[in-house]
Amino acid sequence: MSRSAAVNVKIDHDDKVYAWSDAAKAKIEAQIKKYPPERKASAVIPLLKLAQDEFDGWLPVGLMNLVADTLEMPKIRVYEVATFYDMFYTEPVGKHVVRVCTNVSCMIRGAEKVIEAVQKEVGLDKPGTSADGLITVESFECLGACCEAPMMMVGEHYHVNLTPERAVGIVKNIKAGKAPVEPSK
Amino acid sequence: MSKKKNPYILADADKCFPNLDGKGDWRLEAYRKRGGYEGLKEILQTEPAAIIDKLKASSHRGRGGAGFPTGLKWSFMPKPDGIKPNYLVVNSDESEPGTCKDRDILLNDPHTLVEGIIIGCHTLGAKASYVYVRGEYVDEADQLERAIEEAHNFGYLGEDVLGTGKTFNIYVHRGAGAYICGEETALLESLEGKKGQPRLKPPFPAGYGLYGCPTTINNVETVAQVPPILKKGVEWWTQFGRPNNHGTKIFSVSGMVNKPGNYEAPMSIPLKVLIDEYAGGVVGGWDNLLAVIPGGSSTPILSAEQCQDMLMDFDALRGAGTGLGTAAVIVMNKDTDVLKVMTRISKFYKHESCGQCTPCREGVGWVWRMMERLSNGEGTIDELDQLENVTRRIEGHTICAFADGAMWPVQGTLKHFRPLFEQRIKARNKTKVRKGA
Repeated sequence: MSRSAAVNVKIDHDDKVYAWSDAAKAKIEAQIKKYPPERKASAVIPLLKLAQDEFDGWLPVGLMNLVADTLEMPKIRVYEVATFYDMFYTEPVGKHVVRVCTNVSCMIRGAEKVIEAVQKEVGLDKPGTSADGLITVESFECLGACCEAPMMMVGEHYHVNLTPERAVGIVKNIKAGKAPVEPSK
Repeated sequence: MSKKKNPYILADADKCFPNLDGKGDWRLEAYRKRGGYEGLKEILQTEPAAIIDKLKASSHRGRGGAGFPTGLKWSFMPKPDGIKPNYLVVNSDESEPGTCKDRDILLNDPHTLVEGIIIGCHTLGAKASYVYVRGEYVDEADQLERAIEEAHNFGYLGEDVLGTGKTFNIYVHRGAGAYICGEETALLESLEGKKGQPRLKPPFPAGYGLYGCPTTINNVETVAQVPPILKKGVEWWTQFGRPNNHGTKIFSVSGMVNKPGNYEAPMSIPLKVLIDEYAGGVVGGWDNLLAVIPGGSSTPILSAEQCQDMLMDFDALRGAGTGLGTAAVIVMNKDTDVLKVMTRISKFYKHESCGQCTPCREGVGWVWRMMERLSNGEGTIDELDQLENVTRRIEGHTICAFADGAMWPVQGTLKHFRPLFEQRIKARNKTKVRKGA
């Protein structure tokens, strides 16, 4: 398909048509209102984020097209944005995404041990998605919590001053179907 | 030190961010008790030119990395022409490795920023301000939105602010994970709904910025420091730090120190005092210090020897061949593999290059791969010169300063740790010879 050449990444080709829920429509309206009326495209990042959260945690082409239609943008502009930023996924990811910061301040304070422990707990030997599709582990660039290193981001929240054991505790909770936080003592 | 007051420890009354550590309440009422929003109405009735003059007199310099004089930057903004609106855009993309000061401002003292923006909008003739917060800062952006809502409820934002007839609105714009969006024109592109790729300058944002309108872009800390300067006065501000480097500054001290954290301290504080008095000292003691990155990953490394009497300000660090940058102080002790750390920084830049300019897109990857090999002792000593040569061919040959920032740390590592590279190369070659025989 021509559009896959344009995006130049592995993308989904189904012809599924996506539609916003009413709740999402209200959120979209609030986002678009932040910008001048003729500058709707400014809302593309928030809308892609919303699309990712509303559906399966990643962006198939149909979903990017929905964002393009909603903002009256050329589709290619939306694909460009979706493939440029680290927080958007154009391939399926696990239900829970664990981003372990492995950049300088975290590295100095033991991030390698944290990510190794997390990977081992989900049955991986490098960053990726667990076989059951529950958890994706990423080695992420600096998350800006350097004075509380090492740290990782689980879903939308930061967990700081980690040890490998504490990081594994959070993953164990996810695996047990509990909230992605540290097990209470 | 016990009897005499340590001049490098700031009293709460002298801090721009008294609640940076989050021990107090972040909310509007608590901020007001700390003196926040006091005298705001009077400032909004002051001529913008007078405010700019005061900022110029304070010699306040931008806190986002480049250290550009704030008053001068603000003076570049044209008066609103009634056709195109003026904008104030606040940069909270905070992605320079080591830097985490905006995060604590947003979480623990967000009204300092809100008040700074209100004054900024008045001075710059803007009715709307966008705060670009990095996408990963979900809780932080939520907190800022709560503070904005509070400010609306108290009449500090919206229409007819404090009966002055002026309108100010703040909108939080969340990014989605891209270091380059901290570059001001890439940030504007991203805010307009595009890939974050820097623009060629000129035109500068003051003439052609967001949506082609006059725009000023400032770091969070920069904007939030404006109200205290205006209220407490130029003399108060200039008592701290050396000339041309005045004021207080948040230092993000991370790495191998006993008490990592964000600390607001006077400018020109000796690095040793900052590490010992604020950050609890180097893990294993001062003599265990190996090296320090003084201002975020882009700034060249300082050797332990240089750290002995280094002053932490723009001009002192520049004189030492590095920079204050974002004042993100990353401390390495002798347990740290410095070459491995610097290689990781090269990998970061390779990942974050926006891909627009060839020397950066291709070259940063070359440099990372060379660093990867040479830090493991793979290669020859000649290649160290080659590496240095490559960095010089990338630096200064791109649209924005990203590639420069990617090359400086490599150059700094070669400058201070070349013997370590050579040692590893020789050791590895010896093993190879032995294996071959």
